[in-house]
Amino acid sequence: MTGKEIRRIVIEQSYRSHHGHIGCSLSIAEIVCAIYGTLLRASGPKDSLRDYFVLSKGHAALALYASLFLKGWLTRNQLNSYCDENSLLGVHPEHELSGVEWSTGSLGQGLPVASGLALASHLKNNDRKVYALLSDAECNEGSVWEAAMFAGHHKLSNLTVIVDWNGQQALGKTSTILNQLNLVERWAAFGWDAVEVDGHDLAALCSSAAKIGTKPKVLLAKTIFGKGVSFMENQIKWHYLPLSELDYHAAMEELGGGV
Amino acid sequence: MRKAFVQTLIRLARQDDRIILLTGDLGFMALEPFADEFPKRFFNVGVAEQNMLGLASGLAKDGYIPYVYSIAPFCVLRPLEFIRNGPIYHRLPVRIVGIGAGFDYGNNGLTHYGIDDIGSLRCQPGIHIISPCDYQQAETAFLRTWDIPEPVYYRLSKDDTTIVQGLDGRFVLGGAHVLRPPAQVGILALGTMSSDALKISDLLEQQQLSCGVVAVASVSPPPVEDLTEFMCKTGTIFTLENHYITGGLGSLAAEIIAEKKLDCRLVRCGVEALPNGRTGNTESLHIKSGIDPHSMVKRILQELKSAT
Repeated sequence: MTGKEIRRIVIEQSYRSHHGHIGCSLSIAEIVCAIYGTLLRASGPKDSLRDYFVLSKGHAALALYASLFLKGWLTRNQLNSYCDENSLLGVHPEHELSGVEWSTGSLGQGLPVASGLALASHLKNNDRKVYALLSDAECNEGSVWEAAMFAGHHKLSNLTVIVDWNGQQALGKTSTILNQLNLVERWAAFGWDAVEVDGHDLAALCSSAAKIGTKPKVLLAKTIFGKGVSFMENQIKWHYLPLSELDYHAAMEELGGGV
Repeated sequence: MRKAFVQTLIRLARQDDRIILLTGDLGFMALEPFADEFPKRFFNVGVAEQNMLGLASGLAKDGYIPYVYSIAPFCVLRPLEFIRNGPIYHRLPVRIVGIGAGFDYGNNGLTHYGIDDIGSLRCQPGIHIISPCDYQQAETAFLRTWDIPEPVYYRLSKDDTTIVQGLDGRFVLGGAHVLRPPAQVGILALGTMSSDALKISDLLEQQQLSCGVVAVASVSPPPVEDLTEFMCKTGTIFTLENHYITGGLGSLAAEIIAEKKLDCRLVRCGVEALPNGRTGNTESLHIKSGIDPHSMVKRILQELKSAT
């Protein structure tokens, strides 16, 4: 599973369905690769001992579907039903779809749930790991910090958060809306092992996540919104816009091998 | 009903280790017996109700039966979206225990009143809403519902002593209990208002007016059959609730009357005006809202007069 493969699926499905939310899916391509390609231990989506992954930034569901497909947990037909009438693959993930642990879309709700899952494993004394992927703008939500406080206090060391630190939010740059520059210090202050990492460096993501500690862990993953398609990088309009035919061909060309 | 809750939960927790109790830093002199017996299954999550509901959702997804405890508005209104997107949408057995039904927290002010909790939850399919009439019924309700797969909201009163005569602790999910048979006038009472409804019925009896009384604890699922049967034999129905008249029992009765085409008149008695900031105890707040027994008797007689 590679970031490029994820990105090609994101572009292909977004174009086919005429739906947006491209930039935020492209920025997490390596992160979902790290999770589904390496970190998550699960023989299948129904494995009762599987690790859990909660995509708290639900608007990037397309990247999740891409990884579930590459993992072999979604068929090509299912993937190609993205945003079709009556499909379980909507813009935001639905737990009715096998492989999706939690329905998300409203920001700030994934980490409290992931903390509950991590607490459950602590109580059961099993070695399940719980991963949650948040956006940096999602850290505007007070509930993120409620959960961060709890997980830090209770030393939920089986919980790993990855923050997609792309610096963009729905109406502009995070630096001009609510400053997110000191995320590492903030998470550390809440009792987490906080480390900054290149969010497009698959090996760095995997090795940082694999480090064992006594606290919950957060990877502040520096990413580029729209990464991989030059005309989308750091362009907020790609949070919203679907692709024209020209855009589509140009994007696929950049991602290698054309359409 | 706190004692009934904690004692019943301890009994259940002894037989099922899936039970966990979370509190949003409330429950002084109430939750300690559980915390003492099950220190590893008790979490004070701090003053963070959104996270409390999120934690409970995660715990329930992994097989636990979490009870979350706080004052009604803090564990219903504050984390409402977490309840909706969490246990309701994912169909998980989270138990929300709200203390302070209606004006229980009298002098504490609107922030502490549970007068819109039912209305906020009743429009959601998939969550049960139970407002017990007394502590005995509360205990039965806990025992009947602790292991059902859906989420439940228990709307508890601080009253640990009053007993509703004739109820004898009975509880049926989706049912209501007729305490006085249908007559020209009938009261549908929500939860703890049932004991006041009996007082009102007694006072009316002294004036040679028979008044039926139904106690409603199971708001969702709604006791449609029981209420239909009672209301179709009653001339004028008065709903009596420590809740805004919109969204609660009055609204439920109106829906049933309209949908079943019942031939009865409905007068919704409950909280109508936004509290005005003047402090008062529970009793005086009931008087202000016109839902104390004496105001209700007056109102019922007036309504009957104006109808003729």
